[in-house]
Amino acid sequence: MTGRTVTRAQLAEAIYQEVGLSRSESAELVDRILEEMSRSLVEEGIVKISSFGTFVVREKGRRVGRNPKTGEEVPIEPRRVLVFRPSQGLRERLDGERQ
Amino acid sequence: MTRSELVRRLAKAHPHLLQREIERIVATVFDTIATALVRGDRVELRGFGAFSVRERAARIGRNPRTGEEVQVPPKRVPHFKTGKELRERLNRGRG
Repeated sequence: MTGRTVTRAQLAEAIYQEVGLSRSESAELVDRILEEMSRSLVEEGIVKISSFGTFVVREKGRRVGRNPKTGEEVPIEPRRVLVFRPSQGLRERLDGERQ
Repeated sequence: MTRSELVRRLAKAHPHLLQREIERIVATVFDTIATALVRGDRVELRGFGAFSVRERAARIGRNPRTGEEVQVPPKRVPHFKTGKELRERLNRGRG
């Protein structure tokens, strides 16, 4: 493990290197891809990227939570959460690299 | 939305790019994320979310059919945590 963090900037740099678009258009495309995915999740609730994984929105019902510090009960309102399910291929790639 | 729909939507917004260039761009983005995770790096996409790698310890599992004990080796699994902005957008108009 190297403990590095990859950000939007590195994704844009990869497009610049691989596809040869300008740096500014590469950055714009990264933003556009993430925005299209976000919008689709909000509106349609699912994004399937073959050979990477699937993002699915799930509805969580109301439940009673507890403040871990005070032990006090607090209601947790119903909410929508996003779940990422990695594809079989991505799982295998990660697991294959185990040291 | 699927990968090919994503390509179609990007093509509409960037009409001067060829379809195959957009396919390469999309492939580059997801390959870069996947490769970073394989290296053990974290991928933090502000406003969208963060991918990281979690270690699952080895454990003793059980074959549900035979009840037999089996060794399950340690595993590395990708994990995604939704970003603050996207989490708020998903829950806008609630509560």
